Amino acid sequence: MFTYVVRRILATIPVMVVVALFVFSLLFIAPGDPAAVIAGDQATPADVERIRQNLGLDRPFLVQFSDWAWRLLHFDLGRSIFTNLPVTTMIAQRIEPTMSLMLITLLLSIVVAVPIGVLAAWKVGTWFDRAIMGFAVFGFSVPVFVVGYLLAYFFALQLEWLPVQGYTPIARGLWPWLENLILPSIALGCVYIALIARITRATMLEVLQQDYIRTARAKGLAQSPILFLHALKNASVPIVTVIGIGIALLIGGAVVTESVFAIPGLGRLTVDAILRRDYPVIQGVVLLFSFVYVLVNLMIDLLYTVLDPRIRY
Amino acid sequence: MDRRTFLKVTAGAGSLAATGGLATPAISQGAAAKTLRFVPQANLANFDPIWGTQYVVRNAAVLVWDTLYGFDEKLQPQRQMVESEETSSDGLTWTFKLRSGLKFHDGTPVLAKDCTASLTRWSARDPLGLMLKAIQQELTAVDDRTFKWVLKKPYPKMLLALAKNSTPMAFIMPERIAKTDPFKQIEEYVGSGPMKFAKGEWVPGAKAVFEKFADYQPRQEKASWLAGGKNMLVDRIEWVIMPDPATASAALQNGEVDWWENPISDLVPVLKRNRNVAVDIADPLGNIGTFRMNHLHPPFSDVRARRAVLMALDQEEYMRALVGDDNNLWKPLPGYFTPGTPLYNEEGGEILKGKRDIAGAKKLLAESGYTNQPVTCVVAQDQPITKGQGDVTAELLKRIGMNVDFVATDWGTTGQRRAQKSPPGQGGWAMFHSWHSGSDCINPAVYIAIRASGDGAWFGWPNVPEVEKEVTNWFDAKTLDEEKAAARRLNKAALDNVVYAPTGFFLTYQAWRKNISGIEKGPIPFPWGVSKSA
Repeated sequence: MFTYVVRRILATIPVMVVVALFVFSLLFIAPGDPAAVIAGDQATPADVERIRQNLGLDRPFLVQFSDWAWRLLHFDLGRSIFTNLPVTTMIAQRIEPTMSLMLITLLLSIVVAVPIGVLAAWKVGTWFDRAIMGFAVFGFSVPVFVVGYLLAYFFALQLEWLPVQGYTPIARGLWPWLENLILPSIALGCVYIALIARITRATMLEVLQQDYIRTARAKGLAQSPILFLHALKNASVPIVTVIGIGIALLIGGAVVTESVFAIPGLGRLTVDAILRRDYPVIQGVVLLFSFVYVLVNLMIDLLYTVLDPRIRY
Repeated sequence: MDRRTFLKVTAGAGSLAATGGLATPAISQGAAAKTLRFVPQANLANFDPIWGTQYVVRNAAVLVWDTLYGFDEKLQPQRQMVESEETSSDGLTWTFKLRSGLKFHDGTPVLAKDCTASLTRWSARDPLGLMLKAIQQELTAVDDRTFKWVLKKPYPKMLLALAKNSTPMAFIMPERIAKTDPFKQIEEYVGSGPMKFAKGEWVPGAKAVFEKFADYQPRQEKASWLAGGKNMLVDRIEWVIMPDPATASAALQNGEVDWWENPISDLVPVLKRNRNVAVDIADPLGNIGTFRMNHLHPPFSDVRARRAVLMALDQEEYMRALVGDDNNLWKPLPGYFTPGTPLYNEEGGEILKGKRDIAGAKKLLAESGYTNQPVTCVVAQDQPITKGQGDVTAELLKRIGMNVDFVATDWGTTGQRRAQKSPPGQGGWAMFHSWHSGSDCINPAVYIAIRASGDGAWFGWPNVPEVEKEVTNWFDAKTLDEEKAAARRLNKAALDNVVYAPTGFFLTYQAWRKNISGIEKGPIPFPWGVSKSA
């Protein structure tokens, strides 16, 4: 097991190298010029060129890439072209809101989606099942920003229970932190809940047909332990897989959610950086996201062994 | 449901809540009343007003850095940091004396050497500064409070250059900071303005904080735009960056922010219905919508093709696309200068007036030799102003029989592509859309878009010697009448040759909570004199 974990962690290195090379190349060939944005409308072409030189953007691709890679090896992601702040500082400023949002969304999604998926499978064909599946279609179909605006309409502006926007660090208290995250998490979680609920239902339906479930029922075991102890445990591998894959959905959704609720997170940092062509920030954030994604999938793989002892690495 | 309807429905919630008698949430008292929460037009992504010339940087910079002179609401330069100035009889030597008691935020006094270093850095980047630099003999400190600027030829527009609010403004920084290469970003944000920049609280893209500078020495005169006493009535200003207008609208209605610089016109009716929110015009100098045609390559290298477009251009269509049905927000602009300012005139503007002549435009276009080649029309989709204009232009070009190659892109890409001088089929362009702040179009000194000096001109590179001649005449003018005469000839020459296409004059709104008072209309959201009750 230990060898496997080490091997998987080492395997992330070539993945990150490919991601780094890909992102760097993509940005290099993409149109747009940060020097022109900085110089503004009044600038002459000579001004723009001088700013480009000062930023080192006039150097050949290989020189720029090797310079960036060398700094990366020293855990230096460079400085933002615009703010002149270290990219690591900018990420550090933004990571807490995004991680908080993703964590709350993840918890909310699992706590809601798994039970309703199980119950839908149990009550298959009933109104409850249809209602859950209807909600799943809704969750998939309605964009995050629409759900976000509607939630803000009812719960912030009409009922005045929660704030419209912003983020409060957890250091200032649990409730101030949580109250800013409730609406964004529900908005972002809708699609995720729909996804997990559907997978849970489908997998449970399959498991509930198995002989050992019939045996359990024949032994007179109550419905609840059958569903949640026996069936769910055996259905959990695909569910956990989907949760892992869904992290990518969360990352994508966080970009929109953070904009709608004005949360100063990594998603907004990414969008701002892309619009301005702030290359070091884009590269830093994409690398971070890909690293998180790889790490989450590793954790999911390891979780398999806990959920299904037959799986060994 | 379209975008506008959706925004109105969702953002309208706050209005309903307010008119329905629901109490707004209690904001903390005391300290909150001394903190002004402001939603700016854009993110403060950098904070060097000489290196980065975006309006949002300037708007933040006026809090932190002071200027020698400042425009008042009549667009007249008034002394600000300067106590007095003298000009030699030959007009070649300007001697400036600073007010006493001026201090930087680090406690050091403002000295003449700080001014000379700051003006040197500014003059390397600013168009007027570059003109001054070209005729400069020396710029030196005489003593701690006096410096002189010796020129090789008279420069009557000196005070205008030092007072102007177009970017980059002539801000005064400590010498050690001002010695930074003008093409590199400064790393310290120390000024002598009424507010200090709280660098430690700056989260680019989310928040910027300014704190009252206790040692600031305001002038005794009444504040008027960038002139007069900049008395701060709040202790702290928090800039809250909100990229989504519906969120900003909801936050303002909910009392989570106090002042929103630029509500989009779609949301203004909703804000006006809210009894806790006031809405008014932001800047009486407004904006001028534009698209520029590339004078270097066919079809717009031929003036007849450019004039054909103007003959068919309906400014009302453009303005409706930008401001909707609100007639208070726009007016036709058969000229180039900002309406309501001294140089505004309509000389040569007949081509933009009256019923649009589509048949005449088609005929003139044919005479220009247009052979149905694609017209590469670059339109940034992430800017509502350029997107709205671009959609109208595409229809306009089709109406007169042009083959439109509509390039939908973003503003960052537009910025790069418009600098390409290659033909449209080889990475270049035929037209792109933009807009100019009205304060940048009040006279030729600050109006880079009207210049027509060929390679040195703004994108599109018009080469019209008559325009340049009248710009020079304006600079040399001794009286306002002479200036106006030059501006009339300039306007006609620019329209005859279609330096660029003005699509109309439009205004924007600002909105604030009614417990905020003292907000003025102006090209910059001036925070001095603004107070907040609990």
